[in-house]
Amino acid sequence: MLNVKVLGPGCANCKRLEALVQKVVAERGLTAEVEKVTDYAQMLRWNLMKTPGLVVNDTLVVSGRVPNEAEIAGWLQP
Amino acid sequence: MEQTLSTPSTPQPVTARRAWLLVGAAAMSWLVAYNVIESLANWLTYGLLGLAPSSQLGASLAFFLYDVPKILLLLSGMIFAITILRSFFSPERTRALLGGKREGVGNVLAASLGIVTPFCSCSAVPLFIGFVESGIPLGVTFSFLIAAPMVNEVALVMLFGMFGWQVAGLYLVAGLSIAIVAGVVIGRLKLERDVEDFVWQIKGGGGAVAGEHPTWAQRFTQAWESTREIVGKVWLYVVIGIAVGAGIHGYVPADALAGVMGAEAWWSVPAAVLLGVPLYANAAGVIPVVQALMAKGAALGTVLAFMMAVVALSLPELIILRRVLKPRLIATFVGVVALGIIAIGYLFNLVI
Repeated sequence: MLNVKVLGPGCANCKRLEALVQKVVAERGLTAEVEKVTDYAQMLRWNLMKTPGLVVNDTLVVSGRVPNEAEIAGWLQP
Repeated sequence: MEQTLSTPSTPQPVTARRAWLLVGAAAMSWLVAYNVIESLANWLTYGLLGLAPSSQLGASLAFFLYDVPKILLLLSGMIFAITILRSFFSPERTRALLGGKREGVGNVLAASLGIVTPFCSCSAVPLFIGFVESGIPLGVTFSFLIAAPMVNEVALVMLFGMFGWQVAGLYLVAGLSIAIVAGVVIGRLKLERDVEDFVWQIKGGGGAVAGEHPTWAQRFTQAWESTREIVGKVWLYVVIGIAVGAGIHGYVPADALAGVMGAEAWWSVPAAVLLGVPLYANAAGVIPVVQALMAKGAALGTVLAFMMAVVALSLPELIILRRVLKPRLIATFVGVVALGIIAIGYLFNLVI
């Protein structure tokens, strides 16, 4: 199963990203576990310097901006 | 992005050309619009509405109708250009550039990079940890953290639009100087133990994230999105600010404020800084009001001090930074920056 993490302390962009991820997962019927990471010490595991960040299966795929749905779908689909 | 690496030929040039054409067309319409708004505002006020140019209402309305579109056009154009410029920088690259730099050189470089590196206050903490953890000195990190919000692009554009390039330039130079000096001071105070302990224990995952290499079409799209977002956030403040400013222009007698906000009132600079701290995010609305106040006798140094306090020392950012800084370091940071702003305010009041 996919493991997706949204990294961010809870700013507006982090919430937007999380909502988008949930939407993509629901719309495409993916089985994914979506987690939120709000602890800074944990975020540093991926060397995150710009929020929000998106981690798919332990790899940071994007940071510092909110990607669009098509991009998210691209990362989530096998 | 992976596509462009493997197949750089077919689909890319078409969209790239379209993107350039679109941006070119937008730039042309921007220029045309910028050049007709003044005549349009005058025609609406004096022609269509038939107000007399000498009347207070006429003067205020023409000012309002010209300044609102002018500032909004300047804001959109400049934010678009600044976002393009910033797409060539990233916190990761800035960190790499700052690595191994000494105090002094490091502070100057950090403050300058603070202006061009894309930064939002919610990223302040990961950025702080990322810098400190990679061995960049605390003082150099602070030069960056002070310059990034202090030299604010919205404030810069508004100052340029309402006061001209000299004042905008002064603001830029003053902001940079404060960031450099404050960073050096904080570095000398050896406050490393006032950083929360967990920061020193973090070991990054190693291997920086591969930076993105956006195409021009992507840079344009991103710039367009952030322009829409920022202008969408501030336009109402601009309109309200200019409306209040227009009212002051037309109805408050000249020199009414010289006694309270003029250069002779010594206490006005610290008072402006104290007032400015809780006013975060309203920089866009504050500048038009401040410009009108200046026309009525307020001093430039006082006004700039107010501006900088509004953008550089914001309560929300301090609360975010509290996660990694102990209270004493927060207090030092606020104290040093506030003193710097006050000094700049007095300096300008003396010189100009």
